[in-house]
Amino acid sequence: MEARTRPASLLDLVGSTPLIELSRLTPKPAVRLYAKLEGQNPSGSIKDRVAQAMLDAAEASGELEPGGKLLEPTSGNTGIALALQARLRGYPLTCVVPSNVTAERRRLLELYGAEIVDSPGEEGSNGAVRLALQLAENDPTYFMPFQYANEANPRAHYEGTGAEIVAALDRVDVLVAGLGTGGTLMGAGERLRESFPDVVVAAAEPLPGDEVMGLRSLEDGYVPPILDVSKLDRKLLVTNADAIAGLRLLLDREGVLGGVSSGAVIQAALRLADELDEGVLVCVLADGGWKYLSADFWDAPDVESAMESSVWW
Amino acid sequence: MAAVRIPPTLRAEVGGARELDADGTTVAEVIDDLVERYPPLAAQLLQDGDLAPFVNVYVGGEDVRTRDGLETEVREGDQLILLPAMAGGS
Repeated sequence: MEARTRPASLLDLVGSTPLIELSRLTPKPAVRLYAKLEGQNPSGSIKDRVAQAMLDAAEASGELEPGGKLLEPTSGNTGIALALQARLRGYPLTCVVPSNVTAERRRLLELYGAEIVDSPGEEGSNGAVRLALQLAENDPTYFMPFQYANEANPRAHYEGTGAEIVAALDRVDVLVAGLGTGGTLMGAGERLRESFPDVVVAAAEPLPGDEVMGLRSLEDGYVPPILDVSKLDRKLLVTNADAIAGLRLLLDREGVLGGVSSGAVIQAALRLADELDEGVLVCVLADGGWKYLSADFWDAPDVESAMESSVWW
Repeated sequence: MAAVRIPPTLRAEVGGARELDADGTTVAEVIDDLVERYPPLAAQLLQDGDLAPFVNVYVGGEDVRTRDGLETEVREGDQLILLPAMAGGS
């Protein structure tokens, strides 16, 4: 009999998330849908993998030393994940957050011990990135992991998310994940291609409401340095209303309470499943629905307008 | 004829319109038609004969960069969506 091992702390529980089959959701029996439940990570999202990998790498390289302080632009999950890591490792953390994120996210960040700096809500994540880069430049004692440009982000998904999927399945034809920093798609996509060379790596991305696109010009746009769009095989736009429809379908059919991006991933997966006669699709569901309970979209007669002024993923 | 959805950042260049009709059977032709009518759009949408890095164009809900780029086919009644590239990832 094997010796029983007990995790020494929450940090030992990052990753190794469950993969379940969505047999009640698949549109045809010969197309097998699977979901990687990243909401099962200790702080509730896939970002635990990224936060842990970025801080491990920074400590190993000496960029982050005892007494250091952390800064990160984040509208939620990365901040919450970093806050958990920072607390257990003993670093103070400041998060730059668009002012219009949900109340739960703000409250969670505060409870986990992060200090919050607001960036203009109408500038979305781009505004948070811009302000954080400014703050870091003005105060060199900050260490900014910066998930958008940190190679430890995709590496966490290459070594973790992707490797776990490869270990769990003998065949994968399509990988679907939400596009944010690009970390999941780049890292897990690369790992899957090594084992399944013909795998289609597909991104689901949000169609943002007008109010969160208030950039002054297209030059204010942002493509994360870790994202190489040429490595994506498909890139599907999902409206907020479709994402919520996907979220409800996932809950109604499979009992999985996912976040907004999970709903979008399900919608994209169903579109791709439609093109297949048979095959295996894996959906990476980045977080659970708990952080969205205060949102208006659940009962809104017009989901699109209830969601257009916020950043959802 | 395709309907082109214009993001807020580009509306000043097109007299405030949220959506415009444009002719063309490929993305390149549709953009050419728009640029002919609204010349300032050229500098925003195109760079060195290709799509500018911070603009995303979608046909049928899919980014043309993962289809045939500017040569992506546009069928009668398709909707084109222009969007600025934005940081995500929460």
